[in-house]
Amino acid sequence: MALVQNFPFLTIVFSLTCGVFCAVLSGQGAKRLCLGWLSLATVMSAAVLAFTLKADGSFIYRMGKWGAPWGNEIRVGVLEALMATVFSGVMLLSLLGGMGHIFADCEPGKANLYFTMCSLLMSSLFALIYTNDLFTAYVFVEINTIASCALVMLRDSERTLVATTRYLIMSLLGSGLFLLGIVTLYGITGELLMESIAAKVQANFAAGEYSLPLTVIIGFFSVGLAVKSALFPFHSWLPDAHGSATPSSSAILSGLVLKGYIIVLIKIFYRVIGLRIIMVEQVSQFLFLFGVLAMILGSVSALRERDLKRMLAYSSIAQVGYIYVGIGLHSELGMVAACVQILAHALTKPMLFICAGGFMDVSGGHKNFAAITGAGLRDPLGGAAFSVGALSMMGIPFFAGFVTKLELTRGALDSGPVTMAVAFAAIAVSTLLNALYYIPILFNLYTRPRDGAYAGVHARYRWDYVLALAAFIVLNFGFGLGSEAVVGAVRRGLAMFGM
Amino acid sequence: MKSNGLLAALVRFAESGNFREENFTLPPAEKARLDTDTPENRWLASAQHSEKPVSVRFAAWFSKKGMEVFDTLYRIISVFICCTLIGVLLSVVAFLPPFGSAGNPTVNEVVERYVSRAIDETGTTNAVAGMISAYRGFDTLGEAHVLFVAACSVIVLLRVDADARKKGRFIDLEHPGEDMDYEPNSDLVLRKAAKLLVPLAFIFGLYVILNGTSSPGGGFSGGALMGSGLILTSVAFGFRRTERFFGDEMYHLVKTACLTAYALLMAYFIYMGANGFDDHVWLGIPGTILSGGLILPINIAVGFEVACTMYCFYALFRKGGL
Repeated sequence: MALVQNFPFLTIVFSLTCGVFCAVLSGQGAKRLCLGWLSLATVMSAAVLAFTLKADGSFIYRMGKWGAPWGNEIRVGVLEALMATVFSGVMLLSLLGGMGHIFADCEPGKANLYFTMCSLLMSSLFALIYTNDLFTAYVFVEINTIASCALVMLRDSERTLVATTRYLIMSLLGSGLFLLGIVTLYGITGELLMESIAAKVQANFAAGEYSLPLTVIIGFFSVGLAVKSALFPFHSWLPDAHGSATPSSSAILSGLVLKGYIIVLIKIFYRVIGLRIIMVEQVSQFLFLFGVLAMILGSVSALRERDLKRMLAYSSIAQVGYIYVGIGLHSELGMVAACVQILAHALTKPMLFICAGGFMDVSGGHKNFAAITGAGLRDPLGGAAFSVGALSMMGIPFFAGFVTKLELTRGALDSGPVTMAVAFAAIAVSTLLNALYYIPILFNLYTRPRDGAYAGVHARYRWDYVLALAAFIVLNFGFGLGSEAVVGAVRRGLAMFGM
Repeated sequence: MKSNGLLAALVRFAESGNFREENFTLPPAEKARLDTDTPENRWLASAQHSEKPVSVRFAAWFSKKGMEVFDTLYRIISVFICCTLIGVLLSVVAFLPPFGSAGNPTVNEVVERYVSRAIDETGTTNAVAGMISAYRGFDTLGEAHVLFVAACSVIVLLRVDADARKKGRFIDLEHPGEDMDYEPNSDLVLRKAAKLLVPLAFIFGLYVILNGTSSPGGGFSGGALMGSGLILTSVAFGFRRTERFFGDEMYHLVKTACLTAYALLMAYFIYMGANGFDDHVWLGIPGTILSGGLILPINIAVGFEVACTMYCFYALFRKGGL
């Protein structure tokens, strides 16, 4: 077995250990360790990506002497490696971009715990991406839940405590439903490994056995993971949690944490239950419907918001809707669109949140629209990055967001007439709404305040903020221009993914 | 301390809500006139009321009664949802294969191998220990870190910062009279009993940890016993005496050492296993303390970590630090 093939497993375990060490270091020491490890993990994941692309296939990594079904195993293909690379890179850049705020927002002496939580979150994301075993997925979902709540809570204010309480309750509800689904599925199949479950489920389905439990299981999985990833009717916790946290936390939570759960859901649909049964059970239609509603109503809520970070949070709800519409199209093209959207949004939304943090710096710590008037002039780099992010969200060609909309439209063309019409209308309306709330902000950012507020204020750039934003801008363009390569990789990855 | 603010903040949040009454109240003079309850006024009020457009009337009604109606609806709907969920779950259980029957899908080659070959393959007579620490060791590694992340979150929420602690201000001075203040003068009966029980708790905890490979028990249960021993010590003899041998630094040292050792052992085991190398671990003699290969050191590490976590929770809730 090549050395590279050990990397996925090593990134998971060493992220855990890195988190443990961060808890005993000083704030600065923890920062260096965490950033160093995340850079290394990104490089390692990229090496895995290169390996899978070259080998043009996936491989199974046995966790221990005994292979599955007795032991655990992880499975690595192009899609998994691509997600892992992007996620660890985005995590690194999000931390870099909001570094000043992290140390200012955390209680003194607790900044090191911020990096502990980030490392543990990263390990859980790696594990969710790579796992081939449902129970492993659950264990790391738990780590993910607690660590992401702590990331919100680490900012020292009353609002974040209330937001965390709501987030924790909703998130635990989702975990509970997910666990009930796993338990029931184990009850009727006696397996935890994805392939083994899939074989038994197919056999049961063909024989017509356990049809009610199977329906309920699919319901539990869908609702549980939809709550955790803030699909439309279950999104109420998101604006508070993402709007009140420190900029890095908002970036990580909206860019990565939501996507981790969606990846688990995609794995369950593709590799555990099987797309054919999903179609017969008509789950996709529900996900499609709620995705469409999320796309439109999330944007409408964002339109009414007068607080920059909360507006971005509502925009995340709309963007999660795109992913679910992709999944709900129930075709390979739709799934490609969903995966592309996961990547594109992971590259765009963190950049916007980091910029919001930069604007707060030059606007006396406020983030409502009135205060940030002219912030793009006071912080030119932040303004440029925000413009790139906003154009990408609107779906202007050459930016990352355009690729999603293109792929989603392709997916919709491939589906039935009613679905196609609804999807087209939703994409059109949503794009219009996106433009309606992003363009006024752009004007606002580049308007000189009439009362001359913050006249002499200029951004004092930190090297990490500059580096993070520059990298995000380059990545966004790179994604938009090199979309063929990315979409091709996603397509190959999904082909390896299927059964 | 963050926790003090939490309740107040939650109450304030619940009170403020989104239903603002001040938007719909009448000017004071008008209100005083209408408040005197005469038939004429009542007629006047209803006349004024009906003159307003429906939207304003609805808004006024909503601001007055909205919360009540919402509460009632909320209760009815939540009971309804719970009942539905109970019904669905019960009907699913009725369709599941009967528990414990031989034809159950869970009785398959996986369980068979755990039961029949755990002694040869993992060196344990306790098949459960072999399963959680060796066969599915990776899940358990994650589970140990769930404990760790939970402890860290509680530290974030409850730890008072170091300066306040150095001055000996463990508790909120605005609320004196909590039982913390009487800590050094704790009960004589408790202290005598603790002198007897604490050593027993520690020895029994160690026993359970060390024999985890050959009898029921292991790191998690033995660690819980040792943790309760630590808590009993601090209840009976006060935090200052506990701090002499188990303070902040000791906690971090033990915890980091245990978790790192666990992760490295597991990483070694998985790396060797996955690459098909021989891991050179002596499995020991099944049924004795020295058995199970890596499971024994893993049990020890998990045990100390669990003990630390339990005491950490207790100490954070009582005094806001270790």
